[in-house]
Amino acid sequence: MRQVAIYGKGGIGKSTTTQNTVAALAEAGKKVMVVGCDPKADSTRLLLGGLCQKTVLDTLRDEGDDIELDEILKPGFKDTRCVESGGPEPGVGCAGRGIITSINMLESLGAYTPDLDYVFYDVLGDVVCGGFAMPIREGKAEEIYIVASGELMALYAANNIAKGIQKYAANGKVRLGGIICNSRKVDNELPLLQAFAEELGSQLIYFVPRDNLVQRAEINKKTVVDFDPAAGQANEYRRLAAAIDNNKMFVIPKPMTQDRLEELMMQHGFLDAIA
Amino acid sequence: MLDATPKEFNERTSGGMINPAKTCQPIGAMYAALGVHGCLPHSHGSQGCCSFHRMHLTRHFRDPVMASTSSFTEGASVFGGGANLKTAIKNIFQIYNPEIIAVHTTCLTETIGDDIPSIIKEADIPEGKVVFHANTPSYQGSHITGFSNMTKAMVGYFAEASAAIKKEQVNLIPGFVNPGDMREIKRIAHLMGAPFIMFPDTSGVVDTPMTGEFVMFPKGGTTLGELGDSGNSKLTVALGRFASSDAAEALAKKCKVPAVTLKTPIGIKATDALVMALRRAFVREVPWELEEERGQLVDIMTDTHFHFHGKKVAIFGDPDIVTGLAEFAVSLGMAPVHVLTGTPGGAIGSDVGSFEEDIAAIVGQAGLKANIKAGGDLFTLHQLIKNEPVDLLIGNTYGKYIARAEDVPFVRVGFPILDRSVHSYLPVVGYRGAMRLIEMIAGALLDRQDRDAADEDFELVM
Repeated sequence: MRQVAIYGKGGIGKSTTTQNTVAALAEAGKKVMVVGCDPKADSTRLLLGGLCQKTVLDTLRDEGDDIELDEILKPGFKDTRCVESGGPEPGVGCAGRGIITSINMLESLGAYTPDLDYVFYDVLGDVVCGGFAMPIREGKAEEIYIVASGELMALYAANNIAKGIQKYAANGKVRLGGIICNSRKVDNELPLLQAFAEELGSQLIYFVPRDNLVQRAEINKKTVVDFDPAAGQANEYRRLAAAIDNNKMFVIPKPMTQDRLEELMMQHGFLDAIA
Repeated sequence: MLDATPKEFNERTSGGMINPAKTCQPIGAMYAALGVHGCLPHSHGSQGCCSFHRMHLTRHFRDPVMASTSSFTEGASVFGGGANLKTAIKNIFQIYNPEIIAVHTTCLTETIGDDIPSIIKEADIPEGKVVFHANTPSYQGSHITGFSNMTKAMVGYFAEASAAIKKEQVNLIPGFVNPGDMREIKRIAHLMGAPFIMFPDTSGVVDTPMTGEFVMFPKGGTTLGELGDSGNSKLTVALGRFASSDAAEALAKKCKVPAVTLKTPIGIKATDALVMALRRAFVREVPWELEEERGQLVDIMTDTHFHFHGKKVAIFGDPDIVTGLAEFAVSLGMAPVHVLTGTPGGAIGSDVGSFEEDIAAIVGQAGLKANIKAGGDLFTLHQLIKNEPVDLLIGNTYGKYIARAEDVPFVRVGFPILDRSVHSYLPVVGYRGAMRLIEMIAGALLDRQDRDAADEDFELVM
């Protein structure tokens, strides 16, 4: 079983990319579980064809500790297993503790069955506290993919996440598997992302081009693979899934200083563009 | 006993404490809240916090200490404690029916950031009942900070300047002292003919008489009316800058009541300062009764001076108490060589001064030097004593291990005292309290002299 966590700046397209990739993996016959680790509980919407009605924490709140696995584990597209950890309403309580609680609960309920090929954790944008690092703590996800784009703030967030991975890698098996570029059509995006990934000591594992079809599929509560299997964008996700499936490069990232990051940005994103 | 404490000071980089000389904020908040009449302290957090605080206070006062809890579970930690607190408020008024609930927070609820004022606003509070709160994260300050925060909250919630002209009355904020001390301070104010409002006032709450009947909310405590009226007083005397000055400052700001911060009136100098402050404010002669007590104290100090002269003493405990004790020790001719408190010197967000500076001034005036430490622990104190041995140790019960390890006479003063009784009924403040301290200290020193004397030196008259 490979456990994979997807991180990246808020709004970069983590959930969309994760679900489309998972759909492609499922289509290829893999058994996949998706664990949404975002209090908004929107990490499995495209696989389930609508928002998850009951999150782990909702169930915990309403029914107490006595929970059956099938109350929280819902089957989605091509038998993917979908769980949303959920969390408190905005502005109260402790969402980080919620992630810890729900992942512990999944473990004790036996959600991690040996027949699974993949577990994907879709985590909130910033690793703001220990709770959001839960998926990369000991015994959980061993490979991380960071979704980024050519925008500075996305790269800045990605670099920050690399710092978190570096910290946990020192004591465990967590490694960076690569950077996924979810294109924003920024100037010179591909070479910038390639240089960025290389500087981290990692790789740009895939460059997902921008396509409005993704938005159309989202409105229809579906992944692209599900909504329009013949489309070119569906193939892009299939190739991303294959790249992850065949990935052999797992490294401890070497995060860069803010100055170096901005230098890289100037060099690729700006200077090359006006040249 | 404590065999592993090394004499050499090794640099400690972890920031950790070994045998702390303090406890957590909510204990102070709970104790302060008990000093309000008809008030049930409420711990907003998990059950263990509340149990520990009640137990600690109960063991010190040997009176049952009542408090309720929000009973946090994992769910409450994740979703916030709003539902728990609202349910608690409803249940408490239904079942225990106090007049007031004083909510204090705990580390958990501070960390998840529960917004207590808005939860209280949304809560179902019966007509005529009151709920107020103080924030008391234990990772900041100590139980003294918690006491100060809760006392300040009483001002923030209740004090009002409703009268056009300030009344001929003084607010007395006693600080974290025993009910016996509060009674003594009130007795002095009575003798001075100064009408006063003392808050908080735990006398009659945690030193209740045995009547054969259990009363959940005893007769003692500052009433809500008095707390409101404190805004109309012409003066606030805060006793102890760490436990009391924040509330006095808040009252000055909110209701324009001038504030004076004095030392906790332990010993002759600090008691003089209190008496003189009251005399100035109310233009009264000091009554013969007090002059007589003071004269007796001076007589005793003179008679017994040779017992104390030049004796080295280590003092630890809460900053206000320790400051008073250090000053009195100097008055008795003793040399405080190690003076330590677990409470940080200047708490974050508070403008109270430095403990170290206060003590340095006291010992400096007598031409002495001392090792002075705020935010210290008992491990450090033990090391200090190993390096410069003392003739006497004064502090709370936790000092007994050091006293035993180093074979030093030990006098129990402060909070908590868990292994002796009666202490909370009798004062250490005022002239009478000073006499009691002399009796305790001289007793410890002379018992030691008797114990160690060879047969031919064993004296009948000492």
